[in-house]
Amino acid sequence: MKTVDEIKAAIEAAVRGARVDVLTNPGPSGQHSLLLATSTAAAVARFLRDDPEFALDFLSNVTGVDWPDKEITEKVKVPKQVVKTVEGVEQTVEEMVEETRKRVEPGCLEAVYHLYSMAKKQGPVVIRMRTANRSDNVTLPSFTPIWRSAELQEREVFDLYGIVFGGHPDLRRILMWDGFKDHPMRKDYIEPDDFEYEPTAHDEVLARAQAQKAATGMGITPQESGR
Amino acid sequence: MSAPTTDLSMQLARQEGWNRPPVIEPGGEGELLELAMGPHHPSTHGVFRMDVVLDGERVIKLKPVFGYLHRNHEKIAENTSYLASMPYTDRLDYFCSLTNNWAYALAVEKLSAQAVPERAEYLRVILAEFTRIQNHASTIGFLLQEMGASGTPLMYAFREREKILDLFESLTGSRMMCNYMRFGGCRVDASAAWLDAARKVVSGLPEFVDEFERFLRTNEILMARAQGMGVLRPELAVNAGITGPMLRASGVNYDIRKVDHYGIYDRFKFRVPLGDHWDIYDRYMVRMLEMRESIGILEQALKEIPGGPVMDPKAKIRGFRPKPGEAYGRIEGPKGELGFYLISDGSPNPYRYRVRPPSLINLTVLEDMCLGHNVADVVLIFGSVDIVLGEVDR
Repeated sequence: MKTVDEIKAAIEAAVRGARVDVLTNPGPSGQHSLLLATSTAAAVARFLRDDPEFALDFLSNVTGVDWPDKEITEKVKVPKQVVKTVEGVEQTVEEMVEETRKRVEPGCLEAVYHLYSMAKKQGPVVIRMRTANRSDNVTLPSFTPIWRSAELQEREVFDLYGIVFGGHPDLRRILMWDGFKDHPMRKDYIEPDDFEYEPTAHDEVLARAQAQKAATGMGITPQESGR
Repeated sequence: MSAPTTDLSMQLARQEGWNRPPVIEPGGEGELLELAMGPHHPSTHGVFRMDVVLDGERVIKLKPVFGYLHRNHEKIAENTSYLASMPYTDRLDYFCSLTNNWAYALAVEKLSAQAVPERAEYLRVILAEFTRIQNHASTIGFLLQEMGASGTPLMYAFREREKILDLFESLTGSRMMCNYMRFGGCRVDASAAWLDAARKVVSGLPEFVDEFERFLRTNEILMARAQGMGVLRPELAVNAGITGPMLRASGVNYDIRKVDHYGIYDRFKFRVPLGDHWDIYDRYMVRMLEMRESIGILEQALKEIPGGPVMDPKAKIRGFRPKPGEAYGRIEGPKGELGFYLISDGSPNPYRYRVRPPSLINLTVLEDMCLGHNVADVVLIFGSVDIVLGEVDR
């Protein structure tokens, strides 16, 4: 199996304008990953699948990761005008003063794909994509047209993390119900106090049954059957 | 049929949309019937719904509906320590809790570079292969049940499963929720008496498989209803990420025990059965043959098992905090590739915990296999996938 740097070089040689960054895994597992730019990701994925040398025909695992906005507190040295008494004379001197500053590092949502090759029996190659932010710009290209196994898994990432996969043929919620509003796997998700509300078709079905009884004189409404 | 040549799949892949289910035009004059099979249909093995559109008896559309058993297992695991998720993995695929334990332990061991003692590796193999046998036997029993062979084949399978569950109970204290493996070994050692009992159960298994196969292989109902039914082409199976007996029944030679050699699987001799016709009958037959290979592995492992500790003495149980990093570990579960993906940020809880559920991903092609068949066959095709809803919905 080739190293991530060799894969990166091969991608950049084959796909014009592809931007790939290597993300080193600090842990002992040795599974480093490739961060793809969203604009060229589909072309890169197609190359990885179709190139006979890689032949990554099997997309095993698709998942999302949430990286919330991070508030970083750091100490910076800044020049500052200070009034000082030097040798009995008051004068303004420039001095380096340490100051505590806070800055917010913007977070993102990340999609992670684990690729293997069934033809060459090797892998995994880990590829990632990141959204621009966590609120309004959360679209990534879908890999479902390339690997069908992403179909249900990308739906799950959409459902639980809120990443929108452009080009997915059937992007609906999969585990939560359709009327659900939030994305429960995000780190800042807050559980509602009561879980009682679950939409059912009850009223709709009742209205239909009553309408049918009024129109035809046949059928029975749920209340009557309730004894 | 050998593995699908990349040439063939590449040729197909150049046509856009080759891996989508086909659109079937209704042929009859009658109205179309929309039917919700499930979530309480007895053949759905739990709470699962298929919204089917029928033209007469023929299925022209099928949409699976998930989530009735969703409890956000992954979120629960991210809010607790690594070890506390181990008993939770039992509840994913509750037929195969020991292989779930192994997959999770393997991923954490990759994450923290944890070694496993030899005897623990042998015990893991023994328990995983027992799990595979009881899973495959029950799956075949359920499949026959859905064909109308009410009860009898299932009871033959459950008789054998009972012996295996008794072994699990005497070793781990529980029949189904075993919670047996730990990061760096196993929780308790197996006594010599337990190993003898295991050998005795294994010595009875070939007779059971022979008998089971003699009753079923040329059974007219099985042949009439399973052969040529629910065909899954190998190139689609690979593209859709199908794994396990489903994939091998489609003729693709891919067994993670052979590919990754995780644990100590490179020490055992076993063959990988492959299907020829890619239909339900092949899925039945592949499982039957895999049981025979598992018996072979069990015989070898029970003969060679060495003495020694079952827990790595350096393994940290309390206050376990792996270094920052990530790992994806996978095993060949009875239902397919079961993987765990973990990201550690150095704290006692995993930052990201993901289960790659074979049951869910194997359902990707359910519609493709069912289209054009009668509605009664949907039950069989669905049964031949072998899913457990605890793992599909998580």
